[in-house]
Formats: sequence, C-alpha cells, structure tokens
Amino acid sequence: MIDMLWVPVCAGVLLAIIAGPLGSFIVWQRMAYFGESLAHASLLGVALGVFYQQPALLSTVISCVGVAVFLGLLQKRVNVSINTLLGIVAHSLLALGLVVSSLLPGGQINLEALLFGDLLMLDQGSLMVLLVVVLVVLLYVSVYWKALLNIAVDENLARIEGIPVDRLQCITLILLATAIAVFIHAVGLLLIVSLLIIPAATAQGFCRTPLQMVLMSSILCLLAVAGGMCLSWEADTPAGPSVVIFAGALFFLSITIKQIMTVKQHKREDIQY
Amino acid sequence: MKQAIVSLKGICLYGRGLLILNNISLDIYPGELVSLIGPNGAGKTSLLKLVLKLQDPDRGVVRRKPGLKIAYMPQKIEVNPMLPMTVEGFLALSGARKKTYRRAADRLAIADILARPVQTVSGGELQRVLLCRAMLRNAELLVLDEPAQGVDIAGQAEMYGLIQSIREEQGCAVLMVSHDLHLVMANTDRVVCLNQHICCQGHPEQVSNDPAYRQLFGRGVAENLAVYTHHHDHEHDIHGNVVCEHEHSRNSLSAELCRQKEREERE
Repeated sequence: MIDMLWVPVCAGVLLAIIAGPLGSFIVWQRMAYFGESLAHASLLGVALGVFYQQPALLSTVISCVGVAVFLGLLQKRVNVSINTLLGIVAHSLLALGLVVSSLLPGGQINLEALLFGDLLMLDQGSLMVLLVVVLVVLLYVSVYWKALLNIAVDENLARIEGIPVDRLQCITLILLATAIAVFIHAVGLLLIVSLLIIPAATAQGFCRTPLQMVLMSSILCLLAVAGGMCLSWEADTPAGPSVVIFAGALFFLSITIKQIMTVKQHKREDIQY
Repeated sequence: MKQAIVSLKGICLYGRGLLILNNISLDIYPGELVSLIGPNGAGKTSLLKLVLKLQDPDRGVVRRKPGLKIAYMPQKIEVNPMLPMTVEGFLALSGARKKTYRRAADRLAIADILARPVQTVSGGELQRVLLCRAMLRNAELLVLDEPAQGVDIAGQAEMYGLIQSIREEQGCAVLMVSHDLHLVMANTDRVVCLNQHICCQGHPEQVSNDPAYRQLFGRGVAENLAVYTHHHDHEHDIHGNVVCEHEHSRNSLSAELCRQKEREERE
C-alpha cells in the first residue's frame, strides 16, 4: 500500500508547497481569471498533442505558455477590460479544444481525467517534472521576492524605481502557465486554479505580512491535500475534487473563526469602556 | 551652464484623439525646484508621466541623464486589500535599512502607524508614507504629484516644509504639480504654467519686475505676483484661516490667467 501511495502523496506535498507562493501572487495580482484561461487552454494542448503524437505533458506546457504569452501581448494592445477579454479567450479555447478532440479518432482523450485530474494515477516521471517546476518557481520567487512584491503593491512605482516590471511579469506568466500545465494532470483543469487560490484567500485574513501569507497558504493547502486524499482513499472519491472540498471547508471555517474573533474583540472593548 | 538632468524637446501627446500636450520644451537642472501649475485637464499629470517614462510622447523626445535616479510620490496608491502589508513593510520594500526608514518615519511623524496595514491609513497619513518612501530613494530628482492635496492648511505648510528640507538635505531637484503657490513660492526656482502648452515660465520674483514679462501676461498678473512676494516675505507667519481665503481666490485667479492668455493668443 505504501508503494502505491508515495507518488500521489509526494505530488500532493509539492502542490501544497507551490500553492503558497503561486496562489498568493495570483490573488495579489488579481490573476485568477488569467489562470482559468490557461487551464482551459490545456484541453486544446492535449488534443493537439494526441494529433501530433507528442506526450500530453509537453503539449500542455507548450499550449499554456503559448496562451500566456498571447494574452500578455493582447492585453497591452486591446482596449477591452481584461476580465471580459479573459472570459472570451478562456471559453473560445475550451470550445476549440472540445471541437479538436471530437475530430480525433475516438477514445484517445480521457476527458474526465483531464477535467478532474487523477492524483492516484501519476507516474514517477511526472513526479520528477513536478519537482523540477516547483524548485524553479521557489527559486524565482525567493530571488525576486522584493521586486515581485513591489510590482504587486504598485506597478508604476516599481517601474519608476527601476524594477524591470515587464520582464518580470513575463517570466511570472510563463512560470505560472508551466506550473498550471504540469499540475493539471494531477488535479484537473477545472480545479487547479481553485486549489491555488483558496488556501491563499483563507490565509489572507490572518496574516500581517506577505511572507506569513505564503507560508500559511502552503500549510492550509497541505491540510486540504491530506484531508482530501484520506477521503479519496477511504470512500473511493476522485482525489482532485476531494481536496478542493477540504480547501473550501477550511475557507468557510476561517470566515466563521474570524467572525467570532471580531465579536469577542468588540465585547472586550465594550467591557473596557 | 549645468547639464540638464531631464530635457523635453518639442513634446506632443495625444490621448484618445485629443491633444493633451502641445509642443512642450522643458529642461530641469540639478537641484532646481520646478512647480507646475495649470487648470484641470491642462496635462500636468501627463507631463509628469512623460518625465517618469511611464508614457512615450507621440512627437518630440524626452532625454534623461543616463542612470538618473528618480523618486516619485503619487497622489495616492491603492494596494490590493488581499495583500497583507503594513506601513513598515511598505517602507522596507524600498530596500532601505531598518534604521534608516525608522528614522525617516520618525521625521515624517508616521512612526506610530508603522504597524498598521497600509490599506487602512488615512489620506493625509498615506501622503506622508509615500513621501517617506520617495525620500528613502535618495534620488537626484524628486517628482511629486500634488503632494499636499486634501490636507488642511497647517498640514500643507508642514508638507512643503518637509519637501524643502529633504531637498536641501539630499540636494535633489524637485518637479512638482502644486496649486498651493503661496506656500511653495518662497523656495520655487521656476514656475511653469501649463495649459496644454507652456503658457509661461520663470522665477516669479525676478520676472515680476521684468517689463517683458508684464507685457507677456497682461495687466493684473504683476499685482498677483506682488501678492505672492508679500507672502514670501511673511513665510514664517503662515496661519490657517487667513491664507486659506487667499488660496482659493488665488487658485482660481491663476487658472483664469491661463485662460485669459489663451484667449489673447487665439485673437
């Protein structure tokens, strides 16, 4: 049993590690819709991969990075609100992916696995890829931590102070796209973004510094992964959705705790007066 | 003559098909304090953006001394509420050492709000925080966009006093948009009056006695400047209410002067 489980457990831990920094930056830079668009693009990537007989992982990465660069360029040139633009691009890409995969000879794409992921079916090769991507993201975030935070606080101020904003944003996009692409095969394209941002959104209310938020999101994501995988193992539920259920539960629990804390604080202040 | 640190030549800028800036040429020299005045929609903020290289002109060139270190104090910033960031954290992001930014915070009287989230400080406090951040840059050029907007009159005087002391200490040039001419006049080297093009510029005291200047601006302007000079003489006695009355009339007066000159030019 241990032999069967160590790959998904490692993948879950890696997901938790990357969800802290990546999820936090997605929340800070308001890029949630952006991530969704990238995830939607992955179906097209997988379909094209099958067509050209390339490994699914490679084709997903290429398509996600391609869409990220395309969106980055489009954003600067088109005079449409970014969320409208992303809504259009995300669903056009999903539709295109569905159409292309329907043209392929039947049974070649496991749509369900792609939509919801299969944490329990990962092989060791994919795990190594996840590990490399996680290490690269961690290295990038720690080296450019201050610059990235400056950009998140105020882009113009960062630009004036000589931070290469455009270059860093481009690298962030490419890394985000790569991370989403490789983790899609583990947790599915519908759930990957929620898994990145729910822990960050949960942690936000309890933290005073950006670093605290990053660390706490990782810990919360780890809790969700542990809970979800136990549920998945015990009740034979799909792993990705089980993890998301736990992440969501933590979020609502945190809101309740916060509410109680505020009420108590008010009461204490009332007594003091 | 000293080499200009920023030099704008023949700048034209269009926004959505409308002319915002027309044929602007402006040099800023080291250590100089340039005040930019003009009515709403005159293109003051656009001009700052060009100097800061946040925007490119449609025509003309913006030259900056290579490696010029610029600090900018915007009117305000809106930090994403999802980003947990204290005032102290925001100041630390400048890269300054803890000791340095603590001392600067003491000086700007924001030491007691260092632990507060930057999203929750009031408008006046945020301006001090932003000035503190700009000051920590130790820049050669300090660009300020209406640094004392929305602050009461005592606060305004204090704000400009701080800016002046930073300027003296760091020896930086200052380019600022300001309507509070009576307060900045004493230290301003040059006033640039902008209304899409440069209506007029020069040292207010020097040129107020210049016949050519009077001719250029028409009657009434000299008197207006005389009022400024008067205030300059009494710079240290500034008290709230009296100056406040003057300020409103003067602001509208300077705007009116620009419009008047526009009309004359057209005719």
